Amino acid sequence: MAVTERDPHTGHQTTGHEWNGIKELNTPVPRAVWLFLILSALFAVGYWILMPAWPLGRTYTHGLLGVDQRTTVTRIVERAAQERSAWTGRIAALDYNQIRADPALMKIVREDGHRLFGDNCAACHGINATGGKGFPNLIDKDWLWGGSPDMIAQTIAVGVNSSKSKDTRVSQMLAFGRDGILDNNAVLAVTDYVLSLSDPAHALGRTAQSVAAGQAVFAANCVACHGPEGRGNQALGVPNLSDRTWLYGGDAQSVYTSVYDGRQGEMPAWQNQLSPVDRKILVVYLLDKGASRR
Amino acid sequence: MISGLTLSERQAAIAILILGTMIGIVMAAAAAMRADAMEIHGYIVALYSLGLLAVVLRGYFAPEPDDTRLASYYDDPSKAGIILSMAWAVFGMFMGVWVALLLAFPDMTFDTAWASFGRMRPVHTTGVIFGFGGNALIATSYHVMQRTSRARMPGQFSPWFVLLGYNLFCILAVSGYFMGITQSKEYAEPEWYADIWLVVVWVTYLVLYLRTLARRKEPHIYVANWYYLAFILVVAILHIVNNLAVPVSFAGAKSYSAFSGVQDAMTQWWYGHNAVAFFLTAGFLGMMYYYLPKRAGRPIYSYRMSIIGFWGITFFYMWAGSHHLHYTALPQWVQTLGMTFSLMLLIPSWIAAANALLTLNGAWDKVRDDATLRFMMMAAVFYGLSTFEGSFMAIRPVNSLSHYTDWTIGHVHSGALGWVAMITFGSIYALVPWLWKRERMHSPALVEVHFWLALAGTLIYVFAMWNSGVLQGLMWRTYNDSGTLTYSFLDTVVAMHPYYIARAIGGLFFLTGAVVGSYNIWMTIRQPAPTVAPPGDEPVLAHLEPAE
Repeated sequence: MAVTERDPHTGHQTTGHEWNGIKELNTPVPRAVWLFLILSALFAVGYWILMPAWPLGRTYTHGLLGVDQRTTVTRIVERAAQERSAWTGRIAALDYNQIRADPALMKIVREDGHRLFGDNCAACHGINATGGKGFPNLIDKDWLWGGSPDMIAQTIAVGVNSSKSKDTRVSQMLAFGRDGILDNNAVLAVTDYVLSLSDPAHALGRTAQSVAAGQAVFAANCVACHGPEGRGNQALGVPNLSDRTWLYGGDAQSVYTSVYDGRQGEMPAWQNQLSPVDRKILVVYLLDKGASRR
Repeated sequence: MISGLTLSERQAAIAILILGTMIGIVMAAAAAMRADAMEIHGYIVALYSLGLLAVVLRGYFAPEPDDTRLASYYDDPSKAGIILSMAWAVFGMFMGVWVALLLAFPDMTFDTAWASFGRMRPVHTTGVIFGFGGNALIATSYHVMQRTSRARMPGQFSPWFVLLGYNLFCILAVSGYFMGITQSKEYAEPEWYADIWLVVVWVTYLVLYLRTLARRKEPHIYVANWYYLAFILVVAILHIVNNLAVPVSFAGAKSYSAFSGVQDAMTQWWYGHNAVAFFLTAGFLGMMYYYLPKRAGRPIYSYRMSIIGFWGITFFYMWAGSHHLHYTALPQWVQTLGMTFSLMLLIPSWIAAANALLTLNGAWDKVRDDATLRFMMMAAVFYGLSTFEGSFMAIRPVNSLSHYTDWTIGHVHSGALGWVAMITFGSIYALVPWLWKRERMHSPALVEVHFWLALAGTLIYVFAMWNSGVLQGLMWRTYNDSGTLTYSFLDTVVAMHPYYIARAIGGLFFLTGAVVGSYNIWMTIRQPAPTVAPPGDEPVLAHLEPAE
């Protein structure tokens, strides 16, 4: 029989066992511990009675409250849609100018537009819609596919070069150098010419000869899309080359790369991912954001 | 190391290592034909086996150990395990700081696949949980089971097999993640062949533990052994079930899980939560139950509370995994069971924490003066805090706020840093002087430095993630008057940025502490042995019986 002893500090007996110098006290379990064990078990049993809890072969105990997470969430979603319908209906019914003239609706557009744009568009166009290399700035009033509300709405709905919409907008800048349409000297020359369209100083001095040669290349190869003056064509999503806005960069190297390798940007089609009201909010949000920009 | 093995054990080692080399070559050759990344793993297995083979052959002709060894405990594998554990700690925590920085500064992937978050994050978790934690558990379990059984391990070979085999598993796991080899199951990422290898190692571990217990000279089995045994047994079950999978080819790494859909999710989180329960809790409770009373010089406060705590923890934890799947496709009744059992679990968890803290009654002056014991005390406090937090977060409405947020990360690290790592550091600081027969650690002042670095790091980390997580959860559910969401997801990411930097700083504190600790341990091992053996084990060796 193990010999028990009394621990002088706590006054409790030991169990009499010893392992490499470690002893144990035989301290009774405090009453509070039993109390909390019982309380937690009672809570669990109560919860099981009220809520879905125990499996019974092919079914389960449904609980007295009849709570079911699936019907609960369906009800909440329906109620939320119901509450929003007061203004979603008006946005669907009114035209763009009417919405923009309605301060109450515009407050909602700015709030929800911020969230919609942030969750769906900002990854490419930036949180402030100012774009980046390869991704257009959406608030600079310079539009590739047209800046009217209907044109913007169309671009959002079908995307550009998108594989997800059969109605997608299609646009491609050919790879003039890589595909052997132009030789390297011609690419260099037309690069200089294109730079001179937005920067007349580029046509002077050292590059004057190259610009002149490039003009001929441009006339023969580029005007069909970019127009005789390089002003682009919004019906085809062709950028204006005579302004200071550049989608892929306006330095000589970037323009050379655009001509040599071509460009084919892609924008997803949102018609199957965002509701018509969501897309309409985005259009108005962008117009509003562009208008408020100095 | 080899001189401790008998001749027949050396021969067994050579046979197994030759077999390992051959398996590695076959793996590499088979995978090479399919241009599969498993080829690299074949080379790793072969080189690992060859390297160990060289060590065995170099010591092969050393004189055999005589029978006096049977009158002492076998501690060489524990020593190696502690060193491996600290090496993994520094590596795993370094990776942790890296991935923490990656979240704050995503460009740090340098456009390479191996440095992407998805590959580095499991390197961190495997490095610290299995590398650091697992090696510490193996090393301390060898030490504790021998002392509390007053019996030497039955042989010298199988403890080495378990320790080194386990480290091979860890190396395969971590190197695989860098190459993109993963099952994509959290904390069970390694592919089928690494999993099979771990089963072999783990079953050997279980047998070794049971055989040692069977040889015990003490009439009763001490609490620490209950916990270590639960850890070994249940981890074996969890690991085997969750990793049931069909390889696409035996010559390739890829496999498909036996489970799919919601059953897969439930199996994974039954595994995942019980990995927390039995790997990160039960095993380390075993550690606590030995080193804390030993260091404090106090008897365990209540044997009865030990019993209730143990059976409560082992029984309730098994049901709790489904609380990871609240508000998902998992049927609600399963969620109810997960939530209610998680709540009931709080009581036995607090019993275990209270039993540890009450054991310190009568030794609080030591807690004040001794950073080693203070590590263990703080670990028990964090154990209590994080089990409370865990039960709280398992309540469905609370979980609807906390789930998918950084609060979860904060909770995990309050447990991992505050509980698991602190009890490990405390135990290692107690154990190193005993094992290497030194009077004390090289520098008690550096233990003190480590304690404060670890505590500061944990607090910075946990508070950063609490703030980040609650903020994130609230932002996700903030509505405008019109019934639309106020914030885009991007807004919440921007809001978390400062906390992510704070988290990296907290992690850096903790890593620095681990480096200081490794240095201190290394210097302790290097300092010359004293002429007089320091107090440590009870003089029980005389009771040992001679060779069977």
